[in-house]
Amino acid sequence: MSVLEVKFVGDGDVLEHIVDKQEGVQSGGSSSSVQKMVKFKSPAGRRGGREDAEQDGAENGFLDEQNYIQALGTDNAEEDDDGLSRVAGSSIFTFQKVKRSHSMAQTASELARTPGKSVTFSTTPNAEPCTPTRTGRNQRGESRTPQRRKKVQFVSTTPHRLRKRMTTPSLRSDSDSDLSPSDSEEEDDDDEEGMEEGQKVKKEDKENVKTPRTPSRGLSAALYKTPAKKSKNAPEPLSQPSMIEEYFEAHGSSKVLTSDRTLERLHTPKLDRETLVRLLGGKPSCYSKEIQQLHNKHQKHFSKWMLQLQLGFSVLVYGLGSKKALLEDFRVSHLSQEIHLVVNGFFPSITLKSILNALTCEVLEHQGSFRTPSDQIQFIAQTLKDSPDLHVYLLIHNIDGPMLRGEKTQSALGQLASLPNLHLVASLDHINAPMVWDQFKQSQFNWLWWECVTFQHYAEETSYENSLLVQQTGALALSSLTHVLRSLTPNARGIFKLLVKFQLENKDNPSYTGLSFQDFYQRCREAFLVNSDLTLRTQLTEFRDHKLIRTRKGADGVEYLVVAVDASTLMDFLENEEGD
Amino acid sequence: MSTSSVSKGCFVFKPSAKKKKKLQSLESYFTDGCEGAQSSEARFGLCQHLWDRIKTETGVLQDELNRKILDSLLDFTRKCSSTRQHSDWASQMRASEIPTAALVLGVNVPDHDMTFQSLSELLQQSVTPHVASVQAKECGAMKHLMKRVLERLMDTAVDDDEEEETEQSGVQLHKSVHCSFSTLCDWYITKTKKSSSGTPGKKRSSPAREQQQQQPPVVIIFKDLEAFNPKVLQDFILICSRYIERLPLMFIFGIATSPSTIQHMLPHSVSSLLCIELFQSLSCTQHLATVIDKLILTHQFPFKLNGKVMQVLISIFLYHDFSVRNFIKGLQLALLEHFHSQPLSVLCCKKKEALLNLTQLSHGDLERIRQLPSFRRYVEKQESQEQVKLMTDDGHLKEECQKLIKGFHRYHKHYYPVLRCLHTLTSALPRYPLGKQIRELHLICLEKNVWENEDYQSAMKLLKMLAKDELIALLQRCAETLQSTKSKKMNKAAAQLEELLARFKQLDTAATEMAPTVDDSVTSPIKNLQKKTDLFQLQKTLLEMNESRRSKKLSPFEVLRNEALEFVDSLVKSHLSPPESQTLHEVCYYSSSAVVRRHLNATPRTSIQAALSSPYYYLQNESLKTEDGTVSNAAPDICIAYKLHLECGRLINLYDWMEAYATVVSAAEGTDPDSDSYGKVDEVKHARFIRAVSELEFLGFIKSTRQKTDHVARLTWGGC
Repeated sequence: MSVLEVKFVGDGDVLEHIVDKQEGVQSGGSSSSVQKMVKFKSPAGRRGGREDAEQDGAENGFLDEQNYIQALGTDNAEEDDDGLSRVAGSSIFTFQKVKRSHSMAQTASELARTPGKSVTFSTTPNAEPCTPTRTGRNQRGESRTPQRRKKVQFVSTTPHRLRKRMTTPSLRSDSDSDLSPSDSEEEDDDDEEGMEEGQKVKKEDKENVKTPRTPSRGLSAALYKTPAKKSKNAPEPLSQPSMIEEYFEAHGSSKVLTSDRTLERLHTPKLDRETLVRLLGGKPSCYSKEIQQLHNKHQKHFSKWMLQLQLGFSVLVYGLGSKKALLEDFRVSHLSQEIHLVVNGFFPSITLKSILNALTCEVLEHQGSFRTPSDQIQFIAQTLKDSPDLHVYLLIHNIDGPMLRGEKTQSALGQLASLPNLHLVASLDHINAPMVWDQFKQSQFNWLWWECVTFQHYAEETSYENSLLVQQTGALALSSLTHVLRSLTPNARGIFKLLVKFQLENKDNPSYTGLSFQDFYQRCREAFLVNSDLTLRTQLTEFRDHKLIRTRKGADGVEYLVVAVDASTLMDFLENEEGD
Repeated sequence: MSTSSVSKGCFVFKPSAKKKKKLQSLESYFTDGCEGAQSSEARFGLCQHLWDRIKTETGVLQDELNRKILDSLLDFTRKCSSTRQHSDWASQMRASEIPTAALVLGVNVPDHDMTFQSLSELLQQSVTPHVASVQAKECGAMKHLMKRVLERLMDTAVDDDEEEETEQSGVQLHKSVHCSFSTLCDWYITKTKKSSSGTPGKKRSSPAREQQQQQPPVVIIFKDLEAFNPKVLQDFILICSRYIERLPLMFIFGIATSPSTIQHMLPHSVSSLLCIELFQSLSCTQHLATVIDKLILTHQFPFKLNGKVMQVLISIFLYHDFSVRNFIKGLQLALLEHFHSQPLSVLCCKKKEALLNLTQLSHGDLERIRQLPSFRRYVEKQESQEQVKLMTDDGHLKEECQKLIKGFHRYHKHYYPVLRCLHTLTSALPRYPLGKQIRELHLICLEKNVWENEDYQSAMKLLKMLAKDELIALLQRCAETLQSTKSKKMNKAAAQLEELLARFKQLDTAATEMAPTVDDSVTSPIKNLQKKTDLFQLQKTLLEMNESRRSKKLSPFEVLRNEALEFVDSLVKSHLSPPESQTLHEVCYYSSSAVVRRHLNATPRTSIQAALSSPYYYLQNESLKTEDGTVSNAAPDICIAYKLHLECGRLINLYDWMEAYATVVSAAEGTDPDSDSYGKVDEVKHARFIRAVSELEFLGFIKSTRQKTDHVARLTWGGC
């Protein structure tokens, strides 16, 4: 049970250590030692830099970082049965790097090659490969890259399409604006080996694009390289200053280097919500057995949660996967005999007011309203204080939901949680969620954190979201349009239709900003719809109140009017109207 | 009733009245799912008892620590209320200022609540019934601040009286649109009149008190001054200063940072209306030190934390919040976990109880004792016959355990006094080789044999250089510590120390007689030096001096000093061995620091990212098993999408992403790589990709952007 020691290690030592180890691991590896040296140069440099910084901090003596890490981090290596921090902080919070444009395709092809069903070529005797601890930081860095290299030596099964995509850019490499300047670390590594092989491979490649070529990292990187870069990068190993440069390079340019392909290339059109649900429902979820096991494992803690809740703690579950089912299970099994309130934090129109109202009106059965939320909280606090036998359980799915994130809401919830006979169970999903609480709020909540990784799909949580890829049907917008319009006078309807028509006429005009008010007025007059500028304004206010139109001030200060509904819905709307 | 709906986010469930009757007790929750269920009742009782003790003791401690500052605050309030009575010019001038106490509390905001609570209670008991405390977040605007102040003042005042009036004023408050200071003044005047005229029957203890009762000050506590809107505060103070003649107001500012915030927040014109006096509260580290002293460094409290758990709790305190309250929360968690997970914790109580509980242990529990690593080590040291007996005979084991438990308690009885002794000796040494605080020394001792520590050696060396009076003072204090414990051994040690001290004092008298001769021998070469000499001579004399100093016999003081320190060293070596070396230490020491850290200081993002990058760790399916750093292509969709997105920069092209995803998934499905459909995006894959992407969006890794068509923005950095 000796305590792990953190001490300063120089770049050289790290490098030596890594190379040493590497030779042990990769006994059968065919790559030359030169390559290895080059490979490890940059990670070593980076780590060295990090340690340097740590050392500085320690020497300043202000905040003994190493002690801290020792205290909070390293000891889990020995006894952490659930293995919490398998990922070191340094691997999560890294600097942004300039990326090659094709790295994703490469990774995809690599992943595709990784045999999924059986792992036979595993060289590491380690039984549990995915438990790198904080101290395993070095190991991670050192074993990862060579594996890539190893894989490369397997028979190529790169899919044809990808292969094509990966090789084509090399043909127009000089003109391709997508290419990023090759400063990323990995390319650095590839530099030297690329030099010898790269050139000839390039030639070869042009000749026979179709022959299956092993798209090793080194080779493909070399393919995309602009030769002029070489001399600049090759010599010194990466150290702190160049890391800083890299950082600014990544952030300095506003230009984004990605390809210009769009989803329209896809043969499948955008899916709508129903098809999506149908498609996903058809396929049984993979690993359902393991997911069920996880669920059962978490279920065992339910009575402990109850105990902790009654002792004044609040339970907070976090981890990948939807925890709704788990909490629902908890609710049904343990809370069915208690008064409890379930709040869906992911619900797009949840408000603090609705939560408090549910508490006062339904739970405490209080008639009457409150002027401010803090009055309401005070009332709740007082009522619960007066009846100590009344226990209320509050179960919040996604306490970090978009509508609950606000400072005021959280502090109100914190005040509620600090009441002795109100017990709070909540779940948390967003990666930056803990930032919503300061020290004071945290102590009000009195959280006990529980890691509950469920791997269940966030089906319900994401169903409200306006997803990026899902076609918005516009059915809702259409029906609301018709309903509002029906309640208006014929003249008003005419005014609106005029605007809609004008917008549809201009739908292909990318610079269309809307119909200016003066123009609109003129048209309405001509159609005998209004007789004064004031009548039109009154009508417009009505439209605006129903969120049918939006106004925008143009550059010249003139008001422009737009209907805030997409073109296809408008088309449907006009058809409907004409039909009537 | 289901809890998912498209129109509602809140769902209330109320059980029917008859069902509600059979509530489960706390105890059953404890018993459910804990190990060794038979003894769980007893353990739960012990746990509750200990927790109650912690609560009361920390409460008492808190009160004691705050007493001093509260007393001075109370004095201040009394003084302020009494100066109003005088009529000379100076006090008249002073009376126009609002007396203000600036209470500097430190950054441990979570602890402030307790302080303010006891402060307002004390104030209400001894100075004035009119105390209102306000928080910044309730008072965004002047109106709210006024309302809160009036509400609290009138409520607290009215509570003592008849019920009707409470309602009346409550109604009045709800109705009154303008809650102004004039209403407060009127209320105050009627209030004071009533109390003076309404209680004629009461015995009046002293005229001064009576006076105070007539004009008790109105105290307003601003709990978190920094968070207040400066504008609101300024206006409030300005208004208050108008009423100061009619209403004896008084402020208390709770300050977390430094007193200069008052100057930052209030311009001179406003701050000149205040008569500010500064009060400094006890620092949080001192507070922690007393808590540790009271709860942890005592043999009377049977539950112990091992070195790592202590380290975790102290690190959370030092690096995160400086909050004593959270430290105690951690202690509570550890206590709960210990009694929940360790069936043998029935023995973790006072000696008598433990011995009683020992006799009632079942066979299973005894087997558990045999399994304890510390006990096995103990058994291995015994002779073979004894070994067999211990492993098979339950009765014999119980007898042996009795001895062991007694020994364990004795160990603690000796450990803490000696620890304190060592701390008194080493805490004043330059550069603090063994730490400034006793908790640091305690941590060192918990981990391994302290005398094998390098720092200990250097501390001893430094001690050997101490001057006499310093050493005597320190030893004196050590002797007192040892004396005050109720252990024979310690008292004996104290006696030995006293004897040494006496000898030191004897040395004094002896030294005066010996002094001249000693002086002579030392000073003679120096005298020689003062004469005129050549270089060679000088060198020779210097060498001689050096020699003589080295070979010089130790003075009697030095001999005695070494003896005293050796005595201390022997004490340390016999009593400060780490608890892990003791048999049956598992019974009382809670050791899983990881559990405590995970529940108190969790890292949700790490967990999510770990699950995404190595799903095998959670889903133990062979097909997910890969080498370090990669993800199998059979992994859940979200893991693959995540892995692919790591390769991208600030923006991600959705088309490329989807294509890459389709490639991976086709490989996983075992599609023939050369067939046409390989890597094609079909509907199902499209749908699955959409789901994975929207889940990543939900988790906060990406968000939609309008910068470029069909692109999403990445919200995290690096990672690959």
